Amino acid sequence: MILIRGGHLIDPAASMDALKDIVLKDGRVVEIADPGRSNLGKVKTGAEVQIIEAKGLIVAPGLVDIHVHLREPGQGHKETIATGTAAAAAGGFTSVAAMPNTTPTNDTPEITRWMQAPERGASVRVFPIGAATRAIKGEVLNDYAALKAAGVVAVTDDGHPILKDSIMREVLINATRQGLSVIQHAEDTRLTGGCSMNAGATAFRLGLRGMPPEAEYGLVERDIRLVTELSMNGKGDKNGNRPHLHVAHTSTAQAVAAVRQARRNGLRVTCEVAPHHFLLTEEHVGAYDTNAKMNPPLRSAADRDAMIQGILDGVVDAIATDHAPHASHEKEVEFERAPNGITGLESALGLSLRWLHHEWKLPLGRVLSLLSAQPAALLGLRGRGTLTVGSFADVVIFDPKQEWVFHARDSKSKSKNTPFDGWTMQGKIHWTISEGRVVFSAGA
Amino acid sequence: MPVKDSAPQRSHTTPEVLAPPVCRSAGSVLSVNDVSLETVSELLTQATVLEQEDPLKRARRLAKRRIALLFYESSTRTRTSFELAAKGLGADTTLVSSLSSSIEKGETLKDTGLTLRALGAEAIILRHPSSGAPWLLERETGLPVLNAGDGMHEHPSQALLDLRTMLAHLRPGVETVTADTLAGVTVTIVGDILHSRVARSNMLLLPKLGAKVVLCGPRELLPELAAQAGPGIEIERDFLKAIRQSHVVMMLRIQAERLAGLQLDLEDYKAGYQLTQERLAAHAPKALVMHPGPIIRGLELTGEVADGPQSLILEQVHHGVAVRMALVNRALTSHSEKAGA
Repeated sequence: MILIRGGHLIDPAASMDALKDIVLKDGRVVEIADPGRSNLGKVKTGAEVQIIEAKGLIVAPGLVDIHVHLREPGQGHKETIATGTAAAAAGGFTSVAAMPNTTPTNDTPEITRWMQAPERGASVRVFPIGAATRAIKGEVLNDYAALKAAGVVAVTDDGHPILKDSIMREVLINATRQGLSVIQHAEDTRLTGGCSMNAGATAFRLGLRGMPPEAEYGLVERDIRLVTELSMNGKGDKNGNRPHLHVAHTSTAQAVAAVRQARRNGLRVTCEVAPHHFLLTEEHVGAYDTNAKMNPPLRSAADRDAMIQGILDGVVDAIATDHAPHASHEKEVEFERAPNGITGLESALGLSLRWLHHEWKLPLGRVLSLLSAQPAALLGLRGRGTLTVGSFADVVIFDPKQEWVFHARDSKSKSKNTPFDGWTMQGKIHWTISEGRVVFSAGA
Repeated sequence: MPVKDSAPQRSHTTPEVLAPPVCRSAGSVLSVNDVSLETVSELLTQATVLEQEDPLKRARRLAKRRIALLFYESSTRTRTSFELAAKGLGADTTLVSSLSSSIEKGETLKDTGLTLRALGAEAIILRHPSSGAPWLLERETGLPVLNAGDGMHEHPSQALLDLRTMLAHLRPGVETVTADTLAGVTVTIVGDILHSRVARSNMLLLPKLGAKVVLCGPRELLPELAAQAGPGIEIERDFLKAIRQSHVVMMLRIQAERLAGLQLDLEDYKAGYQLTQERLAAHAPKALVMHPGPIIRGLELTGEVADGPQSLILEQVHHGVAVRMALVNRALTSHSEKAGA
């Protein structure tokens, strides 16, 4: 049993923003009380109570990242489920949704269960995302009912977008039937062969082939057309299920505009933005820094500004990191040959508080909602992203004012590929609690 | 969350683009942006000194010092002239090419570089098909690196030898260059600009001396945004209009190896952009004709033009050795600033 005492509870899903004590028991939130007024007295004497003094600190629902690559099975030299979730805990995340582009790809209930098995040594809850098609080749659909029964929370062919209209339509229909979301990494790969950064004057100057923005928004628009057709004027299928399209790591102004319009038309279309896309631009590639290489690539300043705007005005539903660890030897190569991706779990909260909240004045509750309540709701993760009584005892406790410097070498992730090494962060995490267990504490 | 009807555009204070700290070696030339006009002047002056120096005396300058030539792409001019330049200064050179080395077995650029350093190389001259590869090599080895062409990015020694060739004709005797040395001079670069590292280095270097650079070519090979690469760059798609205003016409080869699936009608290309004796005589009878080589006779220019009186193609090759002697000499005699500087 844990008593979190004297903290400032912010639980956006419950419109809670007040000083409260919280009692956690058996992995759940059992009581929210005014300071000093909890019913702990009713607890049988002799029960062990761990007291966490949270005076001056924010107590919030554990963060939820719906886009991480934990690399297991098959790529344990980059990350394991144990190291990736340790990084998650250090970053305040208590729920992470793991992408299926593992080796082999997560096509089956067996792999889905393997990922969630206690032997993996996960610090926080892992929600596997299933491959939409066999071996993420975009041809044959997987068995969504079986995947869902094993614990899959959405389907995607992340990194290998589904280009064929007919297949994407089938994916949407079948996923909807199972109540699963379809996540699309929107990239028309017919336009991006051999490309390693955003198309534009910077790519020209650096002599690198560029990915045009239309490769992203063109596919987003195609997917929205399919969702429009399948939404049956908002009625959905015979069970009333409407397709849910979630656009992963949105990076172009036009893609955000397309999502904005789709929502205005009443469609279930959501999107996420990664911290690097609301903070960095293509200029950050600098002297061919492979830690500035990811897919989608860092875009123009106008695109970056559109990500900020989309977050501030609410069209963006979630901040997700696209945590993509790679071993240093894999990144220490020619820019064009380096793999895409950067780590993100341990810098997301610090960057969001520093920039979205402190600089751009997004209220703290909104920032936390984008990092917990909204992504949890988006994937239907019940009892996550909120701290109402009965919810999972997933908590992050942090000092919102404290500045600190992020050093990649101190990362719990197995990989250190981040462009944010040495950046000043805001909001020092003191404790992370996952289902009632302290999985990170600043002193440890 | 409620969605507003329109997204008002606000401007936000955003993080400074903190280009990650790059540890540079003194004497490296990876881009023409690595050399100030002062350094260009020093290199041009030194090229002449070295060219005119008694060969036996010159060979004592870098006697028995070790320079590696690391070539991941084929090359005739650049490789030979760098090699002759280094040998002319007395250095021992060794050539490692991607065929017939451990590169074939999968050794990375980092490991090949570290191996060359362990073998005593004091500088590496690198040609590589990936843009930016010289930065990686310099960072990992800490050695001075001379970029002998990286992908579609830059070929700075070519731009410097092109400059020396131009100066010899347009500004004879001038070695100390300033921001207006080439004022009033128009240099047109024609052809496959998109894939050309020679074009990028020249379009960045020549405007620093006051020249106007005109780029000319079809859209597939010359995107509009090329004009944003730097100041003093314009695009003129009409070949005859372009050469009519030019003092120098620099023709480029169609780089079949970098077209990456791009379909190009060569007959159309020749009709639009081939430099023929007739076109030259009618529209640019006084222009200097340059080409970085290798030339494809009958494609970007005719044999008659290549061999004609306006052609400086072989002269460029000749200037290459002098300019590269100056670059190699600088690479081995510059001293890195103290760590942390």
